[in-house]
Amino acid sequence: MAQNEIPRAPSRFARARNSDLYYSFTRTPVAIVSAAVVIVLVLAALLAPLIAPHNPFDPGTLNLMNGFTPPGEANAFTGDYFLLGTDDQGRDVFSTMLYGMRISLFVGFSAVMLAMVVGVVLGLLAGYLGGWVESTIMRIADIQLTFPAILVAMLIFGIAKGITPPAYRDQMAIWVLILAIGLSDWVQFARVVRGATLVEKNREYVQAARLVGRAKFSIMIRHILPNVLNPVLVIATISLALAIIAEATLSFLGVGAPPTRPSLGTLIRIGQEFMFSGEWWILLFPAGTLLALALSINLLGDWLRDALNPKLR
Amino acid sequence: MKITGFLAAALLSSTALGASAETIRWARAGDSLTLDPHAQNEGPTHALSHQIYEPLIIRDTTGAFEPALATDWAPSEEDPNVWVFNLRDGVTFHDGAEFTAEDVVFSFERAMSEESDMKELLNSITEIRAVDDHTVEFVTDGPNPILPSNMTNLFIMDKGWAEANDAVGVQDYEGGEQTFASTNANGTGPFVLQSREPDVRTVLTRNDDYWGTSDFPMDVSEIVYTPIQNAATRVAALLSGEVDFIQDVPVQDLGRVGETDGLAVKSTPQNRTIFFGLNLGADDLANDDVEGENPLANKKVRQAMNMAINRDAIKKVVMRDQSEPAGMIAPPFVNGWTEEMDNSVSTDVEQAKALMEEAGYGDGFSIQLDCPNDRYINDEAICQAAVGMLAQIGITVNLDAKPKAQHFPLISNEETDFFMLGWGVPTYDSEYVFNFLVHTKGDDRGSWNALGYSNPELDEKIQSLASETDLEVRDQTIADIWSVVQDDVLYIPVHHQVLNWGMTDAVGTEVDPEDSPKFKYFEMN
Repeated sequence: MAQNEIPRAPSRFARARNSDLYYSFTRTPVAIVSAAVVIVLVLAALLAPLIAPHNPFDPGTLNLMNGFTPPGEANAFTGDYFLLGTDDQGRDVFSTMLYGMRISLFVGFSAVMLAMVVGVVLGLLAGYLGGWVESTIMRIADIQLTFPAILVAMLIFGIAKGITPPAYRDQMAIWVLILAIGLSDWVQFARVVRGATLVEKNREYVQAARLVGRAKFSIMIRHILPNVLNPVLVIATISLALAIIAEATLSFLGVGAPPTRPSLGTLIRIGQEFMFSGEWWILLFPAGTLLALALSINLLGDWLRDALNPKLR
Repeated sequence: MKITGFLAAALLSSTALGASAETIRWARAGDSLTLDPHAQNEGPTHALSHQIYEPLIIRDTTGAFEPALATDWAPSEEDPNVWVFNLRDGVTFHDGAEFTAEDVVFSFERAMSEESDMKELLNSITEIRAVDDHTVEFVTDGPNPILPSNMTNLFIMDKGWAEANDAVGVQDYEGGEQTFASTNANGTGPFVLQSREPDVRTVLTRNDDYWGTSDFPMDVSEIVYTPIQNAATRVAALLSGEVDFIQDVPVQDLGRVGETDGLAVKSTPQNRTIFFGLNLGADDLANDDVEGENPLANKKVRQAMNMAINRDAIKKVVMRDQSEPAGMIAPPFVNGWTEEMDNSVSTDVEQAKALMEEAGYGDGFSIQLDCPNDRYINDEAICQAAVGMLAQIGITVNLDAKPKAQHFPLISNEETDFFMLGWGVPTYDSEYVFNFLVHTKGDDRGSWNALGYSNPELDEKIQSLASETDLEVRDQTIADIWSVVQDDVLYIPVHHQVLNWGMTDAVGTEVDPEDSPKFKYFEMN
């Protein structure tokens, strides 16, 4: 009886638990710790409105007299108490960090998504179609690679800011940031996907699909894309860390998130002005958080690259 | 013993030689906007020009007149409408050309031309006559007792040099024009321009042919001027010895700089008031969310905004006590200032909300605030604080902070609805404030009035100030004008600045209340 029974397909969860990836994950302490840090930080950002004692983005609730309160001490004028102190405008640093991290993560995720979609589409087209399509796309990519990404991002940010009506600039700043970072980052996706596509398009299963008469775009999406996604995933993870840092850099330079809606980079910019005067907490906490976030994501990306690389197994 | 003796000898010889080769490395937040001395009436621009060019008269650090290119001046005995200036003999420009009355006539006519940013100071002048090579007469459209005080930032250029280099016309700064005179300089001043890279580095060397070489210390032989916008970087540069003198020590670092061995901070109240301007004259604003009407045109809204600003909190937290809350847009140095007007506003959020309600804006509105980020002490932080304070009465403010080189053209071109501005009064008289900021914007007055405000009755009174000889009547007119400016809430005053200069012990100078260091007075130890 038992041997006649068709074994039930393992559930998704079971498949994930039995995968090589999970095996590797449970045996890599660095990956576990990094994942834990990322999860805690992302959850904290997502739940910011529930956790944060103040809403730093509502300027009407700020009291300037609370400015420069040290962490864990009561303010000399108002008697208010703040866990991690306040910044120069009387914003609670803890709340501002949570809300700022939302901006940093949102910009980071969205920018990577944008870069990934643009890069994967262009890479697939270039790799599969070849000819002038490939030359055009890859030469544009080469040209863009000759500029540092942060310069490209600043250029795009400057142009986009110039054409947005001033009244909408603050609301648009976040989207403009996403556009700027996303468009400065698509090249590496395109290059990797094109390379992988060049390999895959000569495999038998693609030839078979072609013989059957599947349309070009159908082959690209249904057959090639799933097989080039592994490296894309690795790049996306590492790009996420870079995008978060790029956002912080832009905001630090004063061209990113508006000062009234600070991201982690804006907070670091504000904090470094008070470095010499003893108000260390404005700089230290956001900088530490940014470091933890970027480092954990980067370590996760490294682990993912090793785990997905067949040669390293 | 030997070593001590040697050191003492070395010290003696160095003092005996005078500080013959002393470089001073000077930094401040922003750069001069242009070298054309008549194109921008702006503090840091004049501060650099004062080293290269000279006016007829300057002020010393106490605010008193001191002769520069003029040796003495007096109203004419025959005609009360004429001032006679005797010019200094034997002065040459840096290129060797001789300084004569021709150059004075040329420079003043240039400064009175349409494109000039200095014309408001000279609008009472109808004619300038060169009587001989070293005497000039200024004819005014009525007796003008305070004409000399309008001349302390009016620099004299060489007529021949300007003509030869196609620089007779004043540079159109707002229009983005570059001329020979905006990138080169040829003055009579104590220092000669060696090289200049705007916003990066400007080098000046001592003019050994300067007429005043024996009258002033003239210890500085070379000036290296580097604008450093970032406050922390600027302080770090002073602490680490990269610069010798910074003009704007950030208020949060005063303690640290003052306590560091070998460094000193010197402070003085500055002749400058920081305030917000409102576009109250337009029918509709470009940068708000109210359609078809201008909320700022409503006096109650302006009063509410004025009451919403908590000046004491700004003083305590943003300025760390380095400011004096202001109720009017002129500092106590100025003739016409009264304690009563300066104390006239108090913060009252509840009453401000009630006023907004009465004005029909109980639900508030949104507007853009344009703010510089490298001009005044903590300018951007003050604007941010104002964003929070105005939010409490329902006004959503979108803050756009940018470098002054982009900010000031918005004001001159009336492209802003709500802006921060600071105004110093080099003439020490209210007329200067009225001419630039209150008079209807026109050909010869009101060039910094970006309010769209026009009050013909007031304009007439302002014009009468230039020729009123009875000082009591004049002071009464000034008081009358101020009462309108105050009642109509044309501007929202914030505070009078306090200057904090940071320097190494080697640098010896008093703080200039106009924030314009004149290096010929500096003593280097």
